[in-house]
Amino acid sequence: MKDTVDNDLITRPDANSGRVIKSKKDPEAVSTTKRLKRSHRQIKAENIFRRTLTVVGWATVVLVAGIFVTLVLQSILSIKTSGFGYLWGKTWDPVRDIFGVYPFLLGTLLTSFLALFISIPFSFAVAIFLGEYFPKGWVPNLLKNTVELIAAVPSVIYGFWGLAVLVPIVRSFESKIGAEPIGLGIFTSSLILAVMIIPYAASLGRSMIQMVPSNLKEAAYSLGATRWEVIRSVILPYTRSGLFAGIMLSLGRALGETMAVTMVIGNTSLIPKSIFSPGNTMASVIANEFTEADHPVYLSALIELGLVLFVVTVVINMIGKQLIKGVTTN
Amino acid sequence: MSVHVKYRIGKSRVFQGLTILLSVACVVPLLFILVYIIQAGITKINWHFLTNLPKPVGESGGGIANALLGSIIIIALASVIAIPFGILCGIYLSENKKSKLAYWSRLCVDILQGVPSIVIGIVAYFWLVKPTGSFSALSGSVALAIMMLPIVVRSTEETLLLLPDSLKEAAYALGMPFHRVILKVILPCGISGILSGVMLSIARITGETAPLLFTAFGNPYLSTNILKPMQSLPLLIFNYATSPYNDWHDLAWGASCILLIWVLTLNIITKLITRKWKVQL
Amino acid sequence: MKTFKSLALASLAIVITGGMMMTSCGGSGTASKADSTAGKSGDDNTLLGAGATFPNPLYSKMFSEYDKANGQKVNYQSIGSGGGIQQLTSKTVDFGASDAPLNGKQDSALPAPAIHIPITAGAVVLSYNIPDMKDTLKLTPDVLAKIFLGEIKKWNDPKIMAVNKGVKLPATDILVAHRSDGSGTSNIFTTYLSKVSTDWESKVGKGSSVNWPVGLGGKGNEGVAGSIKQTPGAIGYVELAYAIQNNMAFAKIQNKAGNFITPSIASITAAANITIPGDAKVSLTNTDATDGYPISGLTWILVYKEQKYDNRTQDKAIKMLKMIQWMIHDGQQYCAPLNYAPLSANAVAIGDAQLKSVTYDGKPVLQ
Repeated sequence: MKDTVDNDLITRPDANSGRVIKSKKDPEAVSTTKRLKRSHRQIKAENIFRRTLTVVGWATVVLVAGIFVTLVLQSILSIKTSGFGYLWGKTWDPVRDIFGVYPFLLGTLLTSFLALFISIPFSFAVAIFLGEYFPKGWVPNLLKNTVELIAAVPSVIYGFWGLAVLVPIVRSFESKIGAEPIGLGIFTSSLILAVMIIPYAASLGRSMIQMVPSNLKEAAYSLGATRWEVIRSVILPYTRSGLFAGIMLSLGRALGETMAVTMVIGNTSLIPKSIFSPGNTMASVIANEFTEADHPVYLSALIELGLVLFVVTVVINMIGKQLIKGVTTN
Repeated sequence: MSVHVKYRIGKSRVFQGLTILLSVACVVPLLFILVYIIQAGITKINWHFLTNLPKPVGESGGGIANALLGSIIIIALASVIAIPFGILCGIYLSENKKSKLAYWSRLCVDILQGVPSIVIGIVAYFWLVKPTGSFSALSGSVALAIMMLPIVVRSTEETLLLLPDSLKEAAYALGMPFHRVILKVILPCGISGILSGVMLSIARITGETAPLLFTAFGNPYLSTNILKPMQSLPLLIFNYATSPYNDWHDLAWGASCILLIWVLTLNIITKLITRKWKVQL
Repeated sequence: MKTFKSLALASLAIVITGGMMMTSCGGSGTASKADSTAGKSGDDNTLLGAGATFPNPLYSKMFSEYDKANGQKVNYQSIGSGGGIQQLTSKTVDFGASDAPLNGKQDSALPAPAIHIPITAGAVVLSYNIPDMKDTLKLTPDVLAKIFLGEIKKWNDPKIMAVNKGVKLPATDILVAHRSDGSGTSNIFTTYLSKVSTDWESKVGKGSSVNWPVGLGGKGNEGVAGSIKQTPGAIGYVELAYAIQNNMAFAKIQNKAGNFITPSIASITAAANITIPGDAKVSLTNTDATDGYPISGLTWILVYKEQKYDNRTQDKAIKMLKMIQWMIHDGQQYCAPLNYAPLSANAVAIGDAQLKSVTYDGKPVLQ
């Protein structure tokens, strides 16, 4: 640890040399003990710092484990009452203490995947636009920033907007195609969700596309490929897993989204018949009913729903993580 | 042959046009929302609105001073908890890329990002409110801090990873100890990236209602005691927008407008920071 | 070994921060006895209440007026009746508020007996959207239950036509709209349906959130109102105040005595003018009163009968009870302007008796 000592001399030369001159005994010996002391202090500080970092690292794990344990403890009552029937029970009837979350699982998956399906063309278009066609200039810059602002708008504001603007549009659309003209439902909430999750896949996709080595693209151009052919045969295959990871990020976001969905999904506990029928997602049920849960089993059932949602997001995150890991190691 | 080439070029053009069209279409909903909220809310906002307490139904006027002050206090407190913790965690993750703990810690941060906000509210209720027997701004701040954490951690980690290793190596070569390399060299270099992450996380929690419902609880009066219930903007919007009275709807619209402007301003400042220091996030 | 040490340290750190927060909270909160009697800030004098959303506008008006007159601040948060009961159970609030009296399950969950004090009565109205219809729709309990059970599907169903003689009803589908968020409004409405229809009682039951057989849910009054306004052929229930404020059409409902009643403050007060039992736990739905609107309900404030719990002071108990006493006497003048019905004389008498039964350390608080 000799370097450390020297370093200290460099950083505080005045104080050191002044003292050394004053104590006229044996300058060399005094300064060595001082140096040793200082270096000891530095090592100590360094160790404390490293220890703190590790503790903080553990603390995140403990925090998440704590959340998990709290949720499990609070849902024990419901797990005892409903057992495994909870997951595929088709009826949610708080009055009779029958809790089956199958309709909500279905609703969550339908809205999330439909939203993903709608948003993919848009987010990929943005990614290609910014990553390949126009990487520089003020127009793309504006577009990039505006798309990122989409993620910043609070979700409750999306909900209000959906209720006021989107629902009537969807309703007239539904009456044209002969579906029940309700306006609220899985389709409407998927539309809103699609808007909300565009930025996630778009920004990851953009950086992935920018990472494509230019000699690959240039080689293709020199063979006479058109822009579209380069995008389809070089860029998309090269960035495939990165784009997929972006989709996973979007999916994770869509699964947990609460307020906006709650306001436009129509909120019925019946199993949805088509994408135009009203439904419910796990998060919307919690948001709707948590404040009025008036007996312990009911409250516990809602917390168990939170637990299920927690576990689902963990699984989706694990998948996304493995994918991104695959991309970065390649 | 030339027909085929024309066809291929045409196809390429069509695809380019489609890409531009779809990209621009993404912006439309955002513009719609901005215009809609600002139209509904901007006329309600004036000095009186910002500095007065809400009035009960039937009396016109009234403002949102308590919610504004409460929001600021709760967010400041959440930042005090989350930012140091988040930055330290980000440093840990960027310094220990391969260790097992880092893998789990990173995973946990990812999980935290995906946990629905209402679940965090429930957990904070069981951790802080129930044992102490009192709702408090502090418990709301803790819930919000948990929500801020993943963004701060990820932005810190990613910014630090972008810094060239040579920077760190140069500092080590001069004999600086680890903690001083990090605190005096690495952090200052990455400060803009970290700062933008912090701003983004603040923007995110500003609009959160669900975690505050059972923690900060709300308060119709001005309050600065962090151990007592406190009002906040999203809570006020949530309560007043669902009431049957037009006076309260006006308050809610004005408050929504302020909330939106607040969040967007934070985001735009962040963008300016990142552009000025040329950081990529 | 090293990882174990770090893990232990991390858990310790979290627990300690948590612990520090608790103790500091307890300091000025309720946990430590010495502090709460010694240091009394302005905030400590604020009474804390939580519960029903239904009377929230009225309560906020009353508490604002009470603060002006008596300098006593009350913080009431409308987190929902279920939430109010939960918070009273865990003693995080001074009083709870609910749109439904405590049932057996909730009573047994409470750590000590609580009393009900009626504050006001409100009504749930059936609002509808039938284009080109000038007359007011009339509904009998039977027809209403069948519509919400999904058994009557068209507006020109003979059962509806029989009630509305001479009115031209379209052949369109009926779309049912209900509240999706658990609410006192839903509770009053489903309690009513359970009373008038055995089918409803057996298939759906009563509660703040029930398993609706048909229809779609909207969040809050405006969610339901939005569905009704925008969809021709829709019917749904909203609070009276909301319907009046937004000029919505609402139906006349046949009451137990056979009269078709328009919901109004007068008809709600009439519905509440019945003999109320000593514990005030009574449902006004399907009232016996001849000119009472059948879908009305009382809303209550709940407090513990024995006020000496945890480290509450007698002073606080007195302040709270005086405040509630004011609400059922002087406070009643604020009901009508907000479309809530003032309490009838006998309801006030019951409320007074209930308040006088509250004790502190076994002795009555109010003389």
